[in-house]
Amino acid sequence: MPTKKTIQLSHGGGGKEMDQLIHDVFFKAFDNPILTAQEDAAKLNMCGHIAFTTDSFTVSPLFFAGGDIGKLAIAGTVNDLAMMAAQPEYLSCSFIIEEGFPLADLTTIVNSMATELRKSGARIVCGDTKVVPKGCADGLFINTSGVGRILIPDISARNLQVSDAIIVSRDIGRHGAAILMARDGLSLESELYSDCDTLWPIIEQLLAANIKMHAMRDATRGGLSAVLNEWAKASQVGINVEEASIPICDEVKGLCELFGFEPFDLANEGTFVMALPMDIAQAAIEVMQRYGHCEHAAIIGQVTASHPGKVVLQTPWGSSRYLDLPQGELLPRIC
Amino acid sequence: MCLSVPSKVVEIHDDATVTVDTLGVKRRVSCHLISDPLAIGDFVLIHIGFVMNKIDHNDAQESLDLYRQIVTAMQLESEQ
Amino acid sequence: MMTLNDFYQGFRDPQTIGHLATLIAQQAAKTNQQINIMEVCGGHTHTIMKYGLLQLLPTNIRFIHGPGCPVCVMPKERIDHAATLASQADTILVTLGDMIRVPGSMGSLAQFRSRGCDIRPIYDPLDTLVIAQDNPHKTVIFFAIGFETSAPMTAALLAQAEALHIDNLLFHINHVLVPPAIDAVMSDSRAQVNAFIGPAHVSVISGSKIYQSTVDKYQTPVVVSGFEPVDVMESILRIVTQKVAGKAELDNQYSRSVSYEGNLAAQQLVDKYFMVRDSFRWRGLGPIAKSALTLRPEYHHRDAERIYAKILPTAEIDDHKACMCGDILRGLANPKECKVFGRGCSPQTPLGSCMVSSEGACNAYYRYGEVINAN
Repeated sequence: MPTKKTIQLSHGGGGKEMDQLIHDVFFKAFDNPILTAQEDAAKLNMCGHIAFTTDSFTVSPLFFAGGDIGKLAIAGTVNDLAMMAAQPEYLSCSFIIEEGFPLADLTTIVNSMATELRKSGARIVCGDTKVVPKGCADGLFINTSGVGRILIPDISARNLQVSDAIIVSRDIGRHGAAILMARDGLSLESELYSDCDTLWPIIEQLLAANIKMHAMRDATRGGLSAVLNEWAKASQVGINVEEASIPICDEVKGLCELFGFEPFDLANEGTFVMALPMDIAQAAIEVMQRYGHCEHAAIIGQVTASHPGKVVLQTPWGSSRYLDLPQGELLPRIC
Repeated sequence: MCLSVPSKVVEIHDDATVTVDTLGVKRRVSCHLISDPLAIGDFVLIHIGFVMNKIDHNDAQESLDLYRQIVTAMQLESEQ
Repeated sequence: MMTLNDFYQGFRDPQTIGHLATLIAQQAAKTNQQINIMEVCGGHTHTIMKYGLLQLLPTNIRFIHGPGCPVCVMPKERIDHAATLASQADTILVTLGDMIRVPGSMGSLAQFRSRGCDIRPIYDPLDTLVIAQDNPHKTVIFFAIGFETSAPMTAALLAQAEALHIDNLLFHINHVLVPPAIDAVMSDSRAQVNAFIGPAHVSVISGSKIYQSTVDKYQTPVVVSGFEPVDVMESILRIVTQKVAGKAELDNQYSRSVSYEGNLAAQQLVDKYFMVRDSFRWRGLGPIAKSALTLRPEYHHRDAERIYAKILPTAEIDDHKACMCGDILRGLANPKECKVFGRGCSPQTPLGSCMVSSEGACNAYYRYGEVINAN
């Protein structure tokens, strides 16, 4: 008998073991009356416009500096709602677990999900568990979907206006860099931790301060470059960015030097970009700076009528270039 | 070609490796390609996991001083 | 006392770059001649494009991007070698990340990996030792690429494999040399290059001495230059100053890391394991005599190119007809003159290797390229 408890195929079999897993691990962490009613579908009470989003999470390694796949799965979906100015309310959660996965790790991950949920007040109201034979999954995959009530309408990638300010909430590239650091193959060490975090509390404060933003997006995969390029195309405007004003921490710079990456291309999991009228940008920054992780929030650029569909990076050296979408898999390069 | 980055030696190991720091990112790299021993605080160039050489920091300092002089001289010129 | 940040900030200082640009313009105004500088090395191409240095230079200074990207100069048949080796049973192909996306005639290594081949991109060649030790029943083949800069690292790996008797580790050597490539560019009667920025990390290993023959033979200035934007601007200033004075000399801007003799320990290591090949076919440049390395006979037992000679394709495969990589690598065309640039050929779907590597001229132009005038 193995001394460490692991997930068996029977945990996904719909029988006694599965029932025990659901009660001992999931219900214990996510406890709320809608979930524990155990109906075929959760009954929700909602009115008005609803935002609805889904995301699947696969990350290697599952635990990294600043978070784990569970924290990521909650923050990711909650943030997608928050970026639409929607108050995150109800989440679903599906686990695909590889046979032999340590029960203790699963419990840690589930508890970290519960901790993250408390930051926004959202609740997991339905879920599913599947166990697949060893080798058919890489440890653990999580899917979360979420709904939330839209508090202010019209926030959209198509809504950027010429002369809007572009704000980034904090230093960029941390999550992508932290994940690379955590990979065995590169044998790196640093004090760097992921930015992984729930953004709803800040968004709630911005909305309470009556900040009328035109667009918000969390700069996840594809990083800052992807968000800005998507916006420029969707709104058919140009976006002018001052390279020198983009906050980047030393460790992210160091990693980029070593492996030839661009910080603009690295993923974030708790960093967002916002477009809003220039005359209220400073007020927004003041609200944001009250939050520790947004103390470096900065205006990094402006929406322009020139170069529609393109992002122009003004370098500190007096030249400028297009900031393009990141391409292909991120591989360390020698040249 | 040949992406190589300045880094600082922060730890010496007895298996012909040193730990270097590149702006807060630490990595153990090989010293197989250099004959002179390294000391903590040395600046080195790193290429694909190897120390390529020791950077002459006096020489680097001289270059930076020269650039500073250029900047100062040209600022004076433009003020006149 | 210097800090590490001085190396980064000091050699990227916007004010210094601006003032060097002014000095370059002042010097360049003293001559009517067109100065065509070839930056041989893709690392310099990257710096020039990323920092937008072309926008800061007067019109009589032009850059011609040279063949110094180790991935871009690999002909398709060599990529096919890698793919063929990776397709063998119980084989792990290990190579540096840059190789993974380069298209061969049968596809890229990334495509072969998705079909189930065990292909592992690594950052540090010595990691190959661990892979070989962890997989004693498999053949591990290190597909070695790079110029003089990276050859010593392959030699160090081979030395370790020999010392530790790791017998399941083989090598496929594609190390190429800079000076013969410069000769190939200059021997073309259409060559317009009249000055060189010398690849400095090559010279960290091989010394600045390797460019003396270029200076003597073609009467062109060669300035060995660092890779930071201030380094490149200072090197341009030194070239223009030589041009104005009618000089053609070997100069070393990167003296903080480059000596005339180079890293002798590394050179000895390379000498011990490698010898110069009679000829090597370069993409775009064709066969160049004595332009690449191969394993010495004592190490033929590790030479995958020999051991698998019967199954490795030998036919030379040229680029897609529309692809101008050849002319671009020779410095005869600018990426934007290529009809498929940005249309049929992009970093996602490259026709030629200059579009694949971030050091390739086409990739640099695509990524940073449509440089916009600051005004």
